[in-house]
Amino acid sequence: MSRRLASFFNGRPRLQAGALLAGPIGWLVIGYLGSLAVLLIAAFWTVDPLSGEVIQGFSLENFETLFDEPVYRDIVGRTVLIAAAVTLTDAVLAFPVAFYMAKLASRRGKAILVVAVLLPLWSSYLVKVYAWRTMLSADGVLNWALEPFGLHGPGFGETAVWLVMSYLWLPYMVLPIYAGLERIPDSLISASEDLGASPLTTFRRVILPLVFPAVVAGSIFTFSLTLGDYITPRLVSNTQFIGNAVFNNIVNNLPFASALALVPIVVMVAYLLVARRLGAFEHV
Amino acid sequence: MLLLAGCGGDNDSGGEELTELGKGEGQVNLISWAGYVEPEWSKPFEKKTGCKVNNKVAGTSDEMVQLMRSGQYDGVSASGNATARLVDGGDVDPVNVDLVPNYKTIFDDLKDQPYNTFDGVHYGIPHGRGANLLMWNSDDVSPAPTSWDVMLDPEVASKYKGKISAYDDPIYIADAAVYLKTHQPDLGIEDPYELNEEQFEAAVNLLKEQQPLVGEYWSDAAKQISAFAGGDSTVGTTWQYQYFALQEEGEPVAASPASQGFLPKEGATGWSDTWMLSSEAAHPNCMYMWMDWIVEPKVNAQVAEYFGEAPAQSLSCDETAEADFCAKYHADNPGFWKRVYYWQTPLADCGNGSSNCKDYNDWVQAWTSIKG
Repeated sequence: MSRRLASFFNGRPRLQAGALLAGPIGWLVIGYLGSLAVLLIAAFWTVDPLSGEVIQGFSLENFETLFDEPVYRDIVGRTVLIAAAVTLTDAVLAFPVAFYMAKLASRRGKAILVVAVLLPLWSSYLVKVYAWRTMLSADGVLNWALEPFGLHGPGFGETAVWLVMSYLWLPYMVLPIYAGLERIPDSLISASEDLGASPLTTFRRVILPLVFPAVVAGSIFTFSLTLGDYITPRLVSNTQFIGNAVFNNIVNNLPFASALALVPIVVMVAYLLVARRLGAFEHV
Repeated sequence: MLLLAGCGGDNDSGGEELTELGKGEGQVNLISWAGYVEPEWSKPFEKKTGCKVNNKVAGTSDEMVQLMRSGQYDGVSASGNATARLVDGGDVDPVNVDLVPNYKTIFDDLKDQPYNTFDGVHYGIPHGRGANLLMWNSDDVSPAPTSWDVMLDPEVASKYKGKISAYDDPIYIADAAVYLKTHQPDLGIEDPYELNEEQFEAAVNLLKEQQPLVGEYWSDAAKQISAFAGGDSTVGTTWQYQYFALQEEGEPVAASPASQGFLPKEGATGWSDTWMLSSEAAHPNCMYMWMDWIVEPKVNAQVAEYFGEAPAQSLSCDETAEADFCAKYHADNPGFWKRVYYWQTPLADCGNGSSNCKDYNDWVQAWTSIKG
């Protein structure tokens, strides 16, 4: 039987690939895109105010609320802004680390650094956020350390969200940049130096353009992970993210929650289009 | 044997009430608050009845409603802000209290309440109750407050700016309504869960004024305990559980004393939980056995002490490990509970004939805009 199957597939590369990919692609289309489609459709439904039952018709009511209520504009604006700030922070922090790992560290040092970057991912998300909560609290270690200098920690709030998220998602920025830098041959950097470029020019004209797709890849992680989070804002601030607003509505008004959930998708699509414009996917 | 009994509420499904208990079905699937179903009393139940207990812990009333609507569970320990929604949605069936022998000795002021009995039909078995207390750090807050104004009157509360701890749920709007009931009598608030446009707006505006002063909105007990222990909150609304837990940790927390009836002068909101039976229960007999078990004097005492709330079973007060537990939690003090407004689901129907009250969906929307 297996022999016959093997001879059937022999010399038919398209069929081979098709059989291999049928499972994953089927899952992707049905499980992933299917649920997205349901989400999109549900966003146009409404809830009967008296019975609380979902009315499956077409209505733009949810989107009208979304645009008319200033609170949702605030929430979306805030979420996107903090996601951008986290991404920028992580890119700035990750680059030197990744550069050292890829170009300067010894073989051993490299291995140790990769493990060190990955290590935080081994512990639970909640434990990490709660640890930050303890550190940032009024009687926490941060205030204790800053007190001798007459300074004060940020306390709970949007700054705390930015700090904690930047910490949480940093590995997702370091690793792609590290991989991107690894792929740049050292000879290119030497050549640039030999041709008289200053280190800054080498960075600007040689390294950055080559590693840019990797930075964008990392930024997609940090940006989308921040955009979708709702537990960190709950634990270290009173701020509401898009996710919190979705959470608030999910039981009583599923259609409105669906409409809200479309916002991060739209933002991400726009983000990816801009990234493509910037040439992020050209060298991949 | 099934018999059709009076249909409660305006739902179309359900309405059937068991008249006789059959054999257990071998298992029961529960949704509960954390701490309500623990091995200490669920294992003996399994042994006694042969019903294996599968428990799903839910974090909020909203989550409980959502899980119940999945139809995969036999019962739920619903708070008053979920019960009407479940009854209206046809998610739960009436409960024949004659099949729950321990129901007889449950505290009278927990029976036939608007959150567990609809149109005279019982929809569940009371489990336990608690009040939302005013708690403060006695090192930072003096003189000792006697009113919710330390949290809600912008002038008084601004003294504790950034240190106020409020409950993170749309139902917290009712706390503002309780406050306004005393302080703005011309609004004519009767029931803090039945608010018309004007009353609702006043409550929401009060909370919007409070928002910049709030240090933290808490939703789980652990979060609030850490905020009080870490000095991030100095005054807030709390459950008895956090208050006693912080006291045990040696934190200098205080709550309204006996001379004020243990509550601020306006009274307070609170909760009373009810075990309800799913209309799609696959194991109704086991669920009935569970509902009787959980209010068995010894078990109900165990649960109440484990969770930190007043037991529903009057006979439990002789069974508690801590001798003065019932006194501490005011379980047998009806005067205390008269000043507690138990959580209820806000409905458009005001209960007095008019139907212009703000429903729960409005409360959710308003809550989002309060937090900004």
